[in-house]
Amino acid sequence: MLSLIDIESSYGYVKVLKGITIEIKEGDIVAILGANGAGKTTMLRTISGLLKPSRGKIEFMGERIDGKPPEIIVSKGIVQSPEGRQIFPSLSVLENLKIGAYTRKDRNNLSKDLDMIYHYFPRLKERQNQIAGTLSGGEQQMLAIARALMAKPKLLMLDEPSLGLAPRVVKEIFEIIKEINQEGVTVLLVEQNARQALAIANYAYILQTGLVVMEGKAEDLKNNEEVKATYLGGKSPGSNVN
Amino acid sequence: MLLQQLISGFATGGLYALAALGLVLIYKTSDVVNFAQGEMAMFSTFIAYTAMTSYGMSYWEAFILALLFASALGFIVERFFIRPIQNAPVLSLLIVTLGLMMIVNGIAGWVFGFETHSFPAIVGGELKIFDAVISKSNLLTLVITVFIMGILFYMLKYTLAGIAIRATSENPTIARLMGIAVNHVYSITWVVSSILGAIAGMFIAPTTFLDVNMMSSVLLKAFTAAVLGGFTTFVGPVVGGLILGVLENIASGYISAQLSSTFAFALIVIMLWIKPTGLVGQKVGKKV
Ligand SMILES: Nc1ncnc2c1ncn2[C@@H]1O[C@H](COP(=O)(O)OP(=O)(O)O)[C@@H](O)[C@H]1O
Ligand SMILES: [Mg+2]
Repeated sequence: MLSLIDIESSYGYVKVLKGITIEIKEGDIVAILGANGAGKTTMLRTISGLLKPSRGKIEFMGERIDGKPPEIIVSKGIVQSPEGRQIFPSLSVLENLKIGAYTRKDRNNLSKDLDMIYHYFPRLKERQNQIAGTLSGGEQQMLAIARALMAKPKLLMLDEPSLGLAPRVVKEIFEIIKEINQEGVTVLLVEQNARQALAIANYAYILQTGLVVMEGKAEDLKNNEEVKATYLGGKSPGSNVN
Repeated sequence: MLLQQLISGFATGGLYALAALGLVLIYKTSDVVNFAQGEMAMFSTFIAYTAMTSYGMSYWEAFILALLFASALGFIVERFFIRPIQNAPVLSLLIVTLGLMMIVNGIAGWVFGFETHSFPAIVGGELKIFDAVISKSNLLTLVITVFIMGILFYMLKYTLAGIAIRATSENPTIARLMGIAVNHVYSITWVVSSILGAIAGMFIAPTTFLDVNMMSSVLLKAFTAAVLGGFTTFVGPVVGGLILGVLENIASGYISAQLSSTFAFALIVIMLWIKPTGLVGQKVGKKV
């Protein structure tokens, strides 16, 4: 469905992605793991069109999308929930959701989609007129995911949805991610929390300083000694302690 | 006497508020302080004047023509002067709008000359309410201003485009990730801002008279209104403008009309000293 082929991306002269090749199959949950600074967010920014890759190509459903602006990429069905949640704090919950649906042509179905969103996240319904900045961290994360869902994505990209949340909330959010996937949305899940991510993913890539250093089926990686030591153990550099 | 001063204070204050809203709209969405706003408005007002005097158009025809011109001007300035350098440091952008202010002023002098002209009011005549004598044009100006603000606030609050403008003003990068073409948002805010300025210009010209420097003091008042009410909200400049208009009117009635700019500056300084965020402003983190 989505393939990155030998992608290089830079901020100015600093090359951050140094030739990344990944493949995401329709219907899967694919996890991208890696320590802080590995280039995971940069990869998502490149897919979304905020950054233009300096080499390589990106194909989505058989069509090249690298170099296209974000609004085109969103309308093709690739939507992300950015790192650190980044909802629009002074807009209401409902307004945030409406912005999520900004590129949609079929505006008539919006109320049906809102019902679907509120089914996943009942707490957002209770708070739909509340100013988003006043939500709790977990609720803001839910809103960020819900906002992305309002765009009716074919591929939903989540950048560290577990960041800074209590284990109980993380568990709840991961269950919802799984449910969303079962409804047919392909998910690209970026995480430092490798244990949680591997628990729901089909396939995973491990990124280190801008390169893919390992990839494989999630259950294989879970049992891999090296992965266990570096990413699932306690002594991993910069990984989430949840 | 008081009712009279209130109405004419609100009428002028409403115009300051319109100009201030234009400034805030651009500032909030793109962090640009448009010092050229006043001169752009002056230029549009001259277009209306020329249309009436040289081409025999009626007041309202000239008015509409000036608004069309203002839209085009706002669009062009954003597209060709601001957008190419939109990632430049804030200071460079300030210099560019300051430069534009002088360029537009210079071109206006060259095209329209430096004479002072009288500009017609929307309507003539006066109205007697109890024992107060109120100018009809003040009253109509106030009504139209309120109406325009009503439309603007309705659009910002309830339409998808309005929500997109607010979203962009909070975080342009995330707005792009949601599929908002933020460059279109910038175009729209410059067009709307330029229109608001032109309306303020045409309504204020009957009192200030029309010449190439007519808007310099109005721009100062608009800044005062924005600072007074708060640069971070859309309601702020409206509150600030109305207060400024009334205070100024009363002050010039009792003290001196010549001092009104001094008075405006003093208000800015005092406001920044007491509450830097303005009356209805809130503290916001710097956008990144
Ligand atoms: N806007 C930026 N400008 C310059 N360097 C950046 C920027 N954002 C990230 N980087 C650098 O790129 C590298 C990868 O960052 P990032 O993609 O955010 O990693 P991750 O999401 O895996 O933690 C880091 O070394 C970081 O310092
Ligand atoms: Mg990151």
